[in-house]
Amino acid sequence: MTTGNRRFLLAFLLAFLLVALVVAGVVSFYASGDPDGLSKVAEDKGFAAQEEDHALKDSPLGDYGVKGVENERLSGGLAGVIGVGLTAAVGGGLFWAVRRRPRATPSGDVPAGSSERR
Amino acid sequence: MHVPDGFFDAPVSIGAGVVAAAGIAVSLRGARRELDDRTAPLAGLSAAFVFAAQMINFPVAAGTSGHLMGGALAAILVGPYAGVLCISVVLLVQMLFADGGVSAYGINVTLMALVGVLVGYGVFRLVTAALPGSVPAKAKVTAAAFLGALASVPASALTFVGLYALGGTADLSLGAVLTAMLGVHLLIGIGEGVITALTVGTVAAVRPDLVYALRGERTPLEIRSPRPAEV
Repeated sequence: MTTGNRRFLLAFLLAFLLVALVVAGVVSFYASGDPDGLSKVAEDKGFAAQEEDHALKDSPLGDYGVKGVENERLSGGLAGVIGVGLTAAVGGGLFWAVRRRPRATPSGDVPAGSSERR
Repeated sequence: MHVPDGFFDAPVSIGAGVVAAAGIAVSLRGARRELDDRTAPLAGLSAAFVFAAQMINFPVAAGTSGHLMGGALAAILVGPYAGVLCISVVLLVQMLFADGGVSAYGINVTLMALVGVLVGYGVFRLVTAALPGSVPAKAKVTAAAFLGALASVPASALTFVGLYALGGTADLSLGAVLTAMLGVHLLIGIGEGVITALTVGTVAAVRPDLVYALRGERTPLEIRSPRPAEV
């Protein structure tokens, strides 16, 4: 891969991250507050009462807000940005760890001097 | 579609947890073939994008909303195994936001990661195979992305009702639940299809080389150098 190509890839990835940050940090404020499909059916058909409190309901990020931040727009936006960052970090770390690595040589032989054994 | 704690009894929650663990284990092996130095970062960002998109509830009917599940989207962009892992990571992070029960994690992975990817990507592949070869690859992928994503949402809803029949905690008329779940999730599926087609279409237009589902597709080579002088 040439340097120019690599730089273009980086620009694309940064743009993708920026879109996710704007969606979670800004656009999310305008999301519908109505119950989602499952919650609505649970209310209508009478099994919503079975829901138990979430084990992490007192989490500092519970219900997509940051505890202690009063401004609703700021609290929700901040929670979204933190969520995108966490997901990118956990997902990126996982995918980087499981990715396919280029073989040492096309034939798969370990070059001389390598400490790796086959 | 995030299932909270308390909707399912212990045997179904544990059973779904075993299915989810097996699915994630298989996906960890399979994702190695899908990801390299260029696509691994894209997969991480796809998970982040799905997290963001899941915050956007759109209205679908009076007093009801829905949001993207993202299984079809992730699978088309980065591959089905990596797609399962993307949604599983999103569901894990969402627990910090008290969204989706902790004891229901296996159920949510089964519904949104496993069924979402299997049906979403399966229908996507069927549609791309069925469309005639004269349709340009990017148009084919965008249309198939819409239909695959659309199908994945009612499929997850159907699986929910199936699991509820096995071990739901309330005694309900399952027929009524099935009708209600399928109806509303068909509408949400249209939103899923639109968001998925827009996202896949955009990435395919800007960086087709990064889209998993477009690998192996080649744009016909153009000869740009001047023709050699004829003798």
